[in-house]
Amino acid sequence: MNSETSFKRPALLAAVLIVLIALPTIADATGYSALTSLATRILIYGIAAASLNLVLGYGGLVSFGHAAFFGIGGYVVGILYQHYSLEEPLFGFIPGTNQMLITLPAAILISGLAAAAIGALSLRTGGVQFIMITLAFAQMLFFLFVSLKTYGGDDGLIIRRTNELPGLNMRDKHTVYYVCLVITAAFFALLWRIVNSRFGNVLVGLRQSEKRMAAIGLPAYRYRLMAFIISGMGCGLAGALMANFLRFASPDMMHWTKSGELMVMVILGGVGTLFGPLIGAAVFIVLETTLASWTENWQLALGFILLFVVLYTHGGVQALVLRLAHRPENRNRFSESTMRRFKVLERPLRVRKDARRSNGKR
Amino acid sequence: MTQPILNVRGLVKRFGGLLATDHVDLTVQPGEIHALIGPNGAGKTTLISQLMGELKPNEGTVELAGQSLDALPTAQRVGLGLARTFQITCLLPDYTVIDNVALAVQVRQGHSFRFWKNVRADHSLRDEASTLLTGTGLEPRANELVANLSHGEQKQLELTIALATQPRLLLLDEPMAGLGHVESQQMIETLRGLKNQVSMLLVEHDMDAVFALADRISVLVYGRVIASGSVDEIRQNPEVRTAYLGEGDELC
Ligand SMILES: Nc1ncnc2c1ncn2[C@@H]1O[C@H](COP(=O)(O)OP(=O)(O)OP(=O)(O)O)[C@@H](O)[C@H]1O
Ligand SMILES: [Mg+2]
Repeated sequence: MNSETSFKRPALLAAVLIVLIALPTIADATGYSALTSLATRILIYGIAAASLNLVLGYGGLVSFGHAAFFGIGGYVVGILYQHYSLEEPLFGFIPGTNQMLITLPAAILISGLAAAAIGALSLRTGGVQFIMITLAFAQMLFFLFVSLKTYGGDDGLIIRRTNELPGLNMRDKHTVYYVCLVITAAFFALLWRIVNSRFGNVLVGLRQSEKRMAAIGLPAYRYRLMAFIISGMGCGLAGALMANFLRFASPDMMHWTKSGELMVMVILGGVGTLFGPLIGAAVFIVLETTLASWTENWQLALGFILLFVVLYTHGGVQALVLRLAHRPENRNRFSESTMRRFKVLERPLRVRKDARRSNGKR
Repeated sequence: MTQPILNVRGLVKRFGGLLATDHVDLTVQPGEIHALIGPNGAGKTTLISQLMGELKPNEGTVELAGQSLDALPTAQRVGLGLARTFQITCLLPDYTVIDNVALAVQVRQGHSFRFWKNVRADHSLRDEASTLLTGTGLEPRANELVANLSHGEQKQLELTIALATQPRLLLLDEPMAGLGHVESQQMIETLRGLKNQVSMLLVEHDMDAVFALADRISVLVYGRVIASGSVDEIRQNPEVRTAYLGEGDELC
């Protein structure tokens, strides 16, 4: 029995959804209109982190290169927009576009293809090698886009207008927020089905014991690859939304520190839980915003908070809240099964702390 | 003579300088329980791992019912009807007993590229898993997390999962190890009851169990089969008595 209980609390879920729907109105009424933008970013990162969590939390595969797919999603939107505005087809025959109904599926498709290629090679390794090889691929893509002067190189690509959706005014911040909210809701509903399906079942089985799964006749590679592809597609979707929201795509989207941030969100929220990454994204972005306004060394403070979460909450903020809410049946479950998951994560965490340090200098 | 269900020829496995499997020839006939005994470190587990394809032998061939397994990965061997239990139990600890069994049923039913239907509400899996648990000591424990099971229950679950794959040949790696007397007797009864359904290669230190169940016995010492024959032949074999059984009826 996994932690996919979130959907089994429909009341809580409905309450959260109502708050999210009312959020722009509340934000405007209380004078904190920046809240809507903050929430949009949280939703988008929530999609990316939950996608990463499919391989990391459910599959037990520590990918340190998921920003690559986030960045690819962003660049698909950016590149299609550039060709649209310059009115010259990509490769001479693919017309550019500013239509979200085309750019999002395109972003999902291309990042899925990239994930298939990267996954097919990386998944032949395991453990620390897997971490390093996914990181290496992401960095290769990062440098590729830095060197692509046609698409802005180091500076990135400016997208003058958010992609259009028929019948909607996408220049309105609220509309963009609601579009993201609908997509996020659909994404999590889909993810919920996936993690509870036969596919999810073998994926979680592989995380627990690859040896056992082989002994009952499961060929692991193809299922892991599929999980990696789905996960890459989700990150691509998030990247495409982010490019639309920021009206900007840059190599920074695929920098390894971005992969680290996604990982931190997953860990903050709760590894291997459905909504944990979304909560983690919220905590991360709120912390980032508030800490950054207090101190320049906000990353250091964030590092300490992360350390606390990993050492003391045994399963991220979601588990902490459940435990504080005093549900004894949850207590056992989290301490045992989640601690096992963290064993996988001890290593990347150490790497991650270094990431924070060098990021600070950058 | 009928075609053996398992036919091992000239199997060799080296770990550096150590010869863990030393030109082993071994057959298991259909419907037979073939016991493999030998002192600690004789290479019994190593042999089973090679039969399953988890370890690659340096030399030799393995056939299941006349079909060569040498080029096949573990998953395909399981598909052809090979299943094992683990000496040191290897289960999915975050899952319940019935989840573990149902997952084996799921994998046997075909590919798992199904993304929509809730697997825990899938009656074709739950019902068969329940049936497999019926009559075993695990029946009342079906919804218990594996991590909370006793050692004996885990051993029982190992067997139930292996059976869920519907094997033609079961490779049992010390199924009684660590069990109490009552549990051992239950396990012996269970295995006896399975005798008509499935052939078995039984690795076991418990000589009572071996003598109670086996049709034939092979003795492995330092990776080499030093004797093979009926229960009585092995009992009388002087080489076996000195090398393995020790003096008198002293069990290992
Ligand atoms: N992966 C490995 N690498 C190196 N040596 C190994 C490996 N696996 C097993 N060995 C060695 O091979 C020999 C046979 O080990 P194996 O586990 O097969 O014995 P066994 O007959 O199952 O013993 P037991 O009765 O204790 O289970 C031992 O000497 C062991 O140390
Ligand atoms: Mg052994």
